[in-house]
Amino acid sequence: MDKIYDVIIIGAGSIGVPTALNLALRKQKVLVIDGESAPGQQNNKKAIGGVRATHSDYGKINVCKRSIEIMKNWQETWGDDIGWMSNGYSYPAYREEDEKTLKDLMKVQHSYGLNITWVSPEEYNELVPGINKEELRGSTYSPEDGSCSPLLLGSAYYFHSLEAKVEYHFREKVIGFDMSQSKISRVITDKGIYYTGMVINAAGNYGREIAAMAGINLPVQPENHEAGITEPVARFMGPMVVDMRTRPGSENFYFYQNNEGQIVFCITPKPPITGIDNRSTSTFLPMCTKRMLEVYPRLHNLRVRRTWRGQYPMTPDGFPIVGKTGDNFINAIGMCGQGFMLGPGMGELITRICLDELTESDLHILQSFNPERDFSGMEAFK
Amino acid sequence: MENHRILKHPILPIEEREDVLFTWNGEPLLAKKGEMISSALIANGINIFGHHHKDGSAQGIFCANGQCAKCTVIADGVSVKSCMTAVTPGMEIRSLEGLPELPDTAFIPKYPPLEKLEVEILIIGGGPAGLSAAIELGKYNINTLLIDDKQALGGKLVLQTHKFFGSEEDSNAGMRGIEIGKLLALELQKYPSVQVWLNSTALFVFSDKKVGILKDGIYKLVTPHIILNAAGAREKFLRFPGNDLARIYGAGAFQTLVNRDLVRPTNRLFIIGGGNVGLIAGYHALQAGINVVGLAEAMPQCGGYKVHSDKLKRLGVPIYTSHTIINAAGKETVESITIAQIDSEFKPIPGTEKSFACDTLLIAVGLNSLSEFTEEAKEAGIQVYAAGDAQEIAEASSAMFNGKIAGLIIAKECGKEEVEDIPSEWYAKAEVLKSHPGKIKDYQKDLPETGVFPVIHCLQEIPCNPCTTVCPTNSIHTEDGDLMSLPVYSGNCIGCYKCVLICPGLAITLVDYRNDKEHPIVTIPYEVFNIPKTEGEEIELMDIDGNSLGFYPIISVIDVKKRHTQLVKVQVPKAIARKIASFRIQEKEISNPLPEPVMPEKMPDDAMICLCERVKAGDIRKMIHSGVTNLNQIKAKTRAGMGPCGAKTCENLIIQLLREEGISIDEVVPNTRRPLFIEVPLEKFPDGD
Repeated sequence: MDKIYDVIIIGAGSIGVPTALNLALRKQKVLVIDGESAPGQQNNKKAIGGVRATHSDYGKINVCKRSIEIMKNWQETWGDDIGWMSNGYSYPAYREEDEKTLKDLMKVQHSYGLNITWVSPEEYNELVPGINKEELRGSTYSPEDGSCSPLLLGSAYYFHSLEAKVEYHFREKVIGFDMSQSKISRVITDKGIYYTGMVINAAGNYGREIAAMAGINLPVQPENHEAGITEPVARFMGPMVVDMRTRPGSENFYFYQNNEGQIVFCITPKPPITGIDNRSTSTFLPMCTKRMLEVYPRLHNLRVRRTWRGQYPMTPDGFPIVGKTGDNFINAIGMCGQGFMLGPGMGELITRICLDELTESDLHILQSFNPERDFSGMEAFK
Repeated sequence: MENHRILKHPILPIEEREDVLFTWNGEPLLAKKGEMISSALIANGINIFGHHHKDGSAQGIFCANGQCAKCTVIADGVSVKSCMTAVTPGMEIRSLEGLPELPDTAFIPKYPPLEKLEVEILIIGGGPAGLSAAIELGKYNINTLLIDDKQALGGKLVLQTHKFFGSEEDSNAGMRGIEIGKLLALELQKYPSVQVWLNSTALFVFSDKKVGILKDGIYKLVTPHIILNAAGAREKFLRFPGNDLARIYGAGAFQTLVNRDLVRPTNRLFIIGGGNVGLIAGYHALQAGINVVGLAEAMPQCGGYKVHSDKLKRLGVPIYTSHTIINAAGKETVESITIAQIDSEFKPIPGTEKSFACDTLLIAVGLNSLSEFTEEAKEAGIQVYAAGDAQEIAEASSAMFNGKIAGLIIAKECGKEEVEDIPSEWYAKAEVLKSHPGKIKDYQKDLPETGVFPVIHCLQEIPCNPCTTVCPTNSIHTEDGDLMSLPVYSGNCIGCYKCVLICPGLAITLVDYRNDKEHPIVTIPYEVFNIPKTEGEEIELMDIDGNSLGFYPIISVIDVKKRHTQLVKVQVPKAIARKIASFRIQEKEISNPLPEPVMPEKMPDDAMICLCERVKAGDIRKMIHSGVTNLNQIKAKTRAGMGPCGAKTCENLIIQLLREEGISIDEVVPNTRRPLFIEVPLEKFPDGD
């Protein structure tokens, strides 16, 4: 007999696994389907681990605030060490226009109750000792932002979801839906057919294709980013450093020292490299290290251990697409490279969508993520 | 101050080198000019270089090859791999205790633009396979870049002080590895189309068809049309309680210290693994004046050539077949090891445990092809070939022959019409050279008790024949003319010693009945003459299996300096003359077990799987029991494979554990390979203006 589930989640990644755990804790019978051989094998494990609530809109700020709360209390709640550190985020400004953008944005962020301050170059040098102070005008500093290991948190979510009786089907691909009017009655894969009450599309890179199977066109386009990690050294720097400037071949880049003492770094290519290609390029290290060492010469002797490549499933305006369409189809895609930091909060939010328990605040949050919105707007603060 | 330098070596010249003063944790010590920090420390009796930041465990030399980071020290304030960093005068070296501090930097450096170049052929690795291929490409004047991460060409040949097997015509059998390496490097110089980059490590083959290479500390991007991966192999490690103590390492590290750097890292060595690598390392140890307490091999018979194991046995090194290692014990470094006999299912038999005092444990349990450059090139869409150990693990003689074939195939691929098709018998020979040792037979029976002739103590089929080609009277042939078959004597020996001197196995003696039929003179080849043998000395003669044949005086010694060999002569009753294979040089007492076995305090699950991140077998097993068969998932939770060596050591051990837990290899998802091949400082990469 075909199996019947309360919820089927497509994608065992940053969004799918936390959602599965939350639903299972609410006694839902959950199946997660993923084409990979294990959870988190696409972009979840590629995340560099930074988590910030200092965004520019109500939606992301509040989802990430909740994520930070969950991560901060994880060890106490669940017992696993996920390497959480409240090491903060910083956006140093080397140009007048950047200072202005950041300071204007801080007003918005303060209005949402975020803890973010402006620090002088001297104060910034205390946080990031040895940072290049030439033409440095100061920096934002949001001490409650932080970081943890995407690998440890991903594993923790997965193993706890197994304990909560979530079923996983790996190496299995969804190939279509059986629809009756606006309701998905069955999920069809290359290995079976499953009845379900609700379907959640958390398919990351493949989110657009999955939505299309339900006849919905959602503008999600994966863009390739490369990242790297160094050997560990004793702790010497505090917050994540995000350099907003643009250079030939790249937009912003960022790095921080993780809980193991390693520097993790990533850069945004310009123009974007679309598509899905996980093979490393020869351009990443020469481009990224040049900018990193210019901003932070102290890093020069640190050895690179490994680099990798993953995708940011981008939407035109830089905001995720989250919400219910039709009777029982929830999309949670287009995380724009922030799936890891949004995941824990988003998992709870999606659970409330599923169980029809949305609060006033949730409805406000979901306005920014509305699948049917006009995508021509632009995020102020990437 | 302790001195662990090799001052006398039967094969290697000991050159005068300038002394350099440095300090170790504030204490002044002497190094030799230009030597690596690790060798300078070991030469001064220092084997613990620091303590791990995760569990405080003692760290020291492990790969001696820049691949791991266990030998990291702080040199003039900066953390460096001591095996890859030369001592400079006045250098202040400190042990690395925990995580290193990142020094502050006052300057903002300027970076030059990266050099980018195109070549027709890129050969990764200048060992026997790479050199042989490069020579063929050079003959056809093809634009070739050969890179090697060492300071000299020859690959592992430069560490091989023993004479080589194989056939004389194809692979210079009978010559020593070090000489063959030099010979090939010299020949390569004749061909101007081949450019050689030494001190050059390939870091990755990128998807945009560029190969990142760190040459003399400068990063370059090379675009080749064809890649030949001749990068060799890496050694496997072994899982047992205590495997994370300092002074446990592989044969590569051992041979680098002893044969390249001429330091004596141990006084009492125990070897695990009876393949050719372990057996030869044991012989190299004896030549370096190191006591070899014993060698254990899990199989009922050593996997290496019988002539190699015989050579060790008759010099006095016990070989324990059907034995496995139970544990290594010691406070921070190895102080003793325990072995036990195993049953047909490889389970240790209780009550058979024996422990031996030793200060160093050498693990030689096989090699894995270094295949990543082949895989990366394929993924990038670059045409790629492999030769030598990078293609398939075999002897250097095979690597040379297969390298030559690869070179010719690539030359043809480059449009050189004049390259003739490779004859089919070459492929057949290539297979023979790769073959494992064959049948063991008995001594030749039909020999007379008159005249003079060689007794050939080579009783196992191996691909080797220099004795047949060297005989001036053409009196030695293999049974059926085949390279693999046993050599037999028939004909007119004139007693010229040529076969005695060329045999790589030191497995030919000359028995001469001409003066005294009842008491023939036996000539034995000997090349450990840092333990010199002189006329009149009593020696304990040994048969092929290391059984004593009694004590007899040496009647004369001929020094054949050119071949680094002594011919030792004894006169003995005819009954034992033909049984003499050699004589004992290592005292029996050295190999005595401890009165009581040292039983393990640690359990099998305490064996270390990931030495870099300190992940134990139990942690991995727990994950396997929860249904995990994906190495990436094991890594995500335990960090096994996330350390500086990049899973080079632990991957195999995890796969073994999975197999032991009954997981089929098809279900196992391997680690994803990513750049970089070795860790490289950030400052090497910027592409400046």
